[in-house]
Amino acid sequence: MIDRLFNWMDDRLAISRGGRHLLNKIFPDHWSFMLGEIALYSFIVLLLTGIFLTLYFVPSEATTIYHGSYRPLDGAHVSEAFASTVNLSFAVRGGLLVRQMHHWAANIFVGSIVVHMLRVFFTGAFRRPREVNWIIGANLLILAIFNGFLGYSLPDDLVSGTGIRIAFSILESVPFVGSYLAFFLFGGLYPGNGAIIPRFFIIHVLILPLIILGLLGAHLGLLVRHKHTQFKQPGAREDNVVGTPLWPSFMTKTLGFFFLTTGVTALLGALVQINPIWQYGQYYPWKVSYAVQPDWYMGWLDGALRIMPSWEIHLPGHMIPNAFFPGVLLPGVTFTVIMLWPFLEAKLTGEHVREHHLLDRPRDRPVRTATGAAVFAFYFVLFGASATDVLANYLSITLNTVLWTFRIAAIVVPIIVWPIAYRICKELQRTPNAGKRKVHNIVVRDANGGYRTIPAEEYPGYVGAELEPLDVEKIEVLTAAGKVTEPGVYEIPRDYR
Amino acid sequence: MSDEHGSGVPVNLSPGGRPLGQRDPHASPVQRVQVDLSAPQFQVAAKNPKRTERTTLVFFLLALAGFAGFGAAYTQNASNFLLGLSMALGLLMFGFGVASWGMFLMPRGPFEEPRALMQTTPEEKRLFLGDFESRGKVAIERRGFLAKAMGAAAAVLGIVTAFPLIRSLGPLPKKSLYRTKWRKGSYVTDINNRRVKVDDIDVGSMVTVFPQDDVGGAISQTVLLHPQTTDIVTMTGRETWAPQGFIAFSKVCTHAGCPVGLYEQATEQLLCPCHQSLFDIYSGAEPVFGPAPRPLPQLPLYIDSRGYIRAQTGYDEPVGPGFWERGGTT
Repeated sequence: MIDRLFNWMDDRLAISRGGRHLLNKIFPDHWSFMLGEIALYSFIVLLLTGIFLTLYFVPSEATTIYHGSYRPLDGAHVSEAFASTVNLSFAVRGGLLVRQMHHWAANIFVGSIVVHMLRVFFTGAFRRPREVNWIIGANLLILAIFNGFLGYSLPDDLVSGTGIRIAFSILESVPFVGSYLAFFLFGGLYPGNGAIIPRFFIIHVLILPLIILGLLGAHLGLLVRHKHTQFKQPGAREDNVVGTPLWPSFMTKTLGFFFLTTGVTALLGALVQINPIWQYGQYYPWKVSYAVQPDWYMGWLDGALRIMPSWEIHLPGHMIPNAFFPGVLLPGVTFTVIMLWPFLEAKLTGEHVREHHLLDRPRDRPVRTATGAAVFAFYFVLFGASATDVLANYLSITLNTVLWTFRIAAIVVPIIVWPIAYRICKELQRTPNAGKRKVHNIVVRDANGGYRTIPAEEYPGYVGAELEPLDVEKIEVLTAAGKVTEPGVYEIPRDYR
Repeated sequence: MSDEHGSGVPVNLSPGGRPLGQRDPHASPVQRVQVDLSAPQFQVAAKNPKRTERTTLVFFLLALAGFAGFGAAYTQNASNFLLGLSMALGLLMFGFGVASWGMFLMPRGPFEEPRALMQTTPEEKRLFLGDFESRGKVAIERRGFLAKAMGAAAAVLGIVTAFPLIRSLGPLPKKSLYRTKWRKGSYVTDINNRRVKVDDIDVGSMVTVFPQDDVGGAISQTVLLHPQTTDIVTMTGRETWAPQGFIAFSKVCTHAGCPVGLYEQATEQLLCPCHQSLFDIYSGAEPVFGPAPRPLPQLPLYIDSRGYIRAQTGYDEPVGPGFWERGGTT
């Protein structure tokens, strides 16, 4: 039956023509290649949990009186969006779990994109011919951050509502077109006429996910076209890929990894509360709560808004507001530099003349590694700065001290990090076998009381490297006559049954 | 490993007349091959496959227990904790099971496949460009006027569709960013629609107030403070703005628009909790700390004969954060 189904499909879709190469696609084995998989799988979790949430969420700012199972809010005047979020958390079975999984998956999604990006950066995987895929990846990060922000803005709670107000102010700060941008997105002067939540909803659940899906398809399509990069290891060359074939090993491993990613998300959804909007309450424009922090991936922007000196540029009849510098210029410059980096580096090193499929160890590229570390340190300081109020409270020091510490750190820390990272790279280069798995030595005492050391056996799980890589498509067919090596298309003798 | 098609199958005639169960004569034959798997790369990675098999089995059984537990928890309408924990157990154990199968009980490798460079050969480029340019581009350029006419029509389509897509999204800002609903004589009204009288506000307290026709308004929101009982003069020209110690400022932060919601009585300062800008009340809400670039606009107040606090006039400058068209006042 399956034979006939396969045959029917194959005769119409030519599955066996291209399919064999797909089965034999090689995935190099290195833990750092799983970071992008985490991003992909958390995106799938986002899609699945998100579909569930859309069935219960009401994207409306219309006022309603809450009469649900959460008693402390009974009789409160809230928006439909807020009420339906509380309802889907408490009245829908498994609703809270799915909602918390969705929120956690969003945090994991952006986080894994960032870490994946760092891996690609520090190993030089963005170099020719992969510059386009690097740019696509950077855009995926931007969209993931945007969509995360839109998503946590939907429940219309006090914390996220404040974030929306800040977003309006940042849009408004764009020179020339800012107020028009803000008015068009919000449907008028803040807080709009009930358009924000419905619009954010449709952007969050339809428009951005479609764009992300499209770019993701391009990202993975290019990955298949270029084939994977690989670390320098025995048998790995610029003109081959060494690793595990898709079928069956990689497919099984990665399927397992998908379930592990989902499982961790479920564990977080079960155990770690996230965004308890019923504690924040409904958003009202004149209300605000103390110690408001956005989700982590907005932290660097929030931190930049906080430590920005109180400057504005005044021009005759016009102005460039303060929020423009941390809110528009900083992310604009950040992502422009990220996208241009492959070209900048190629220009500086003159290496754009050839393709690179073998990865760098970060230590072998001390300038790139040190630059990346310093830049990352800068954003990490900004991220920390989004907690100025919490830190001042927690450490019982004045806000003034905390603020100035971060203002100075944002400049000083990257300057300190650069030479340290550079030094570490240089030291590692001189250390033979640094980072490699050490073979244990066994100290043996002989009959005469002398001691000598013998290397222990290789770690049992560490296999693969000692074998020569085998060409997957060089199939060896067993025939009645014996063993025949047949690359490519082969004919099977009629008597073989 | 044998192909069973076409031999020994009982023949039933289908309505079409072709014997049922017999192979379609136009279908290509399915042939099976026995691939030689004796190379060491095809050996499983596990040192002790039997033990790994047992471990993997335990993972799958635990996964089954987890999923069944989720079903039970769901029917019992159990807590989020139990629902999530059972689901997480099932998913994690399932994942461990599948992954350990793939990692340890499948060919250890390594395998390789060749990789062609992306860079094309001059011959490939020549052929592609030959087709593209001589067959296509020249054919288009030969009738350049058609291309221009088509381009013009498409451009008009683009422009006219951009209007419903962008222009209809919202009204133009016009003067709305410059104005609030505060007018000459507006009653200072609290969120419960009560007009505020001098006796309502104790010394040292803060109330969020609105003009009576815009209660709850995001732009009109104003803080009414009562730090002392004599007139407060924040700067020259504002001698009468804060009668009997009642003083009002826009509640919209000049930095990023958050409500400046915290009043520090001890220092007589207003704090914005979003980005920690501090405004000094006595100097006219001048920012003394943080990123806020401009003072909060002050609302001129007066007290009418019945003791109601009212606005002498609206704000004399746009409230809230800056925008491009806003003039260069500091």
